[in-house]
Amino acid sequence: MPIRPHDNGFTHPRASEITPRAVYASRRALLQQLAGGAALAGWAGRSAWAQTPLYVPPGRLPALPSQRSAVAGAMTMEKVTDYKDATSYNNFYEFGTDKGDPAKNAATLKTRPWTVAVEGLVNRPRSFDIDELLKLAPQEERIYRLRCVEGWSMVIPWVGYSLAELIRRVEPQGSARYVEFVTLADKATMPGVGSRVLDWPYTEGLRLDEAMHPLTLLTFGMYGEVLPHQNGAPVRIVVPWKYGFKSAKSLVKIRFVEHEPGTAWNKAAKNEYGFYSNVNPDVAHPRWSQATERRIGEDGLFAKKRKTLLFNGYEAQVGQLYGGMDLKKFY
Amino acid sequence: MARAPQRGAWLLRPWAKPLVFALCLAPLAWLVFGAAADRLGANPAEALIRALGDWTLRFLCITLAVTPLRLAAGLAPLARYRRMLGLFTFFYALLHLLAYAGFDMGLDAQEIARDVAKRPFILVGMLTFALLLILAATSFNAAVRWLGGRRWQRLHRGVYAVAPLALLHFWWMRAGKNDFAEVLVYAAILGALLLSRLPPMRRILLHKQ
Repeated sequence: MPIRPHDNGFTHPRASEITPRAVYASRRALLQQLAGGAALAGWAGRSAWAQTPLYVPPGRLPALPSQRSAVAGAMTMEKVTDYKDATSYNNFYEFGTDKGDPAKNAATLKTRPWTVAVEGLVNRPRSFDIDELLKLAPQEERIYRLRCVEGWSMVIPWVGYSLAELIRRVEPQGSARYVEFVTLADKATMPGVGSRVLDWPYTEGLRLDEAMHPLTLLTFGMYGEVLPHQNGAPVRIVVPWKYGFKSAKSLVKIRFVEHEPGTAWNKAAKNEYGFYSNVNPDVAHPRWSQATERRIGEDGLFAKKRKTLLFNGYEAQVGQLYGGMDLKKFY
Repeated sequence: MARAPQRGAWLLRPWAKPLVFALCLAPLAWLVFGAAADRLGANPAEALIRALGDWTLRFLCITLAVTPLRLAAGLAPLARYRRMLGLFTFFYALLHLLAYAGFDMGLDAQEIARDVAKRPFILVGMLTFALLLILAATSFNAAVRWLGGRRWQRLHRGVYAVAPLALLHFWWMRAGKNDFAEVLVYAAILGALLLSRLPPMRRILLHKQ
């Protein structure tokens, strides 16, 4: 087996992303001044220095409290994308194919009542109510890079817990080798479902070991709040080492199956979207070179694109899942 | 007896041409303002590249509409605007190409060459631009004299090849999303404008006067 450098998963921040010492020092001075004002403020100031804020909470939707994740690779230290950009620029074809459409059209989505059916090759198939799912395991904050197959990327603080927590509770049978995700396709509330762009409902899938990987997140929130409709409310998957479209939104069903399930994009264009869709700078998509990516909101119009990392920089964590596989063939 | 005023005579007024010229620059002004005011959304580079491509297609439609409109509405003075509109089509195509080369490829010639080789729709876009460049470069009066009227006209019928090539470029780009609604709109418009060149259609258009 080739020996690979294992630091890809811990990409260090670029010099431009590190808070300059002067700014940092002045913040500390301010906090110390505040702390000097009252004993209580002193205590608050101390905890504030320990953790500089990673983003400004948007204050738009109900908060979803969480703890910092201890999973390896779950907290990238890169600059978090603006909430405004992450919620106004995304693909969610059920609400239209333009990246501004989901934010415009998703208000009609009804996220209560909501159930997720878990079925197929499991010993304990059942339906979960969304409120039950929210409490199934402790909510964790994870800051992941997100790489879209179209060549852009973001850094998003998600809230959720490892999908493995749910999988363990339904006890997959020995014959279950894949997990299929089925998402909502409601013509009444989703204007894009009338189009013939994809075969609805949108389906996606993972191999069972990929689904069990601790980084695979069953996601209920972002930026400390519940998910906005356009980002896949009330519950979605996030698989940070794969292109964004692998992460199915607004889940209604999780099925455990023996054979590789068909996926929406694979059915639409087989030669363009493979089942694995791992982020890979060496395997070009016919329409987009995958060697580089544009980080949304970074340094304005003239910023240079950055190099894309194998497995989106999560190679140290997930590389072993693909040992011996030809990633050009299993793209 | 006074001569009946020519239809569309206002198009010959001294202020008319500068006005149309300014109108043709308005989309660019709007985009520059949008970029400066950070109003182009989360991915301004992509927004600019796409908008400039859209405006190239729109100006191509407008340019190709000049002749059928002149015939059908009897607006003879329109002919005076054809070259300017054609040059604006080229102008927006040039900006579209520069935006792609600058924002997407970092003005790296090697990177662009690799991209052209790898992505057929970029190659088609480049071919379309090369054709427009030839037409723009031979749009001056001196070029007409130098080529001779007949040869010049034959060369400039090349614009009929620009339309399908530009559509193919757009279609191929949108094929990733299986989303052809807009492509079909442009195909219908450009198709109708090309059909209007066929002799039977020309006769019908002329007859209507």
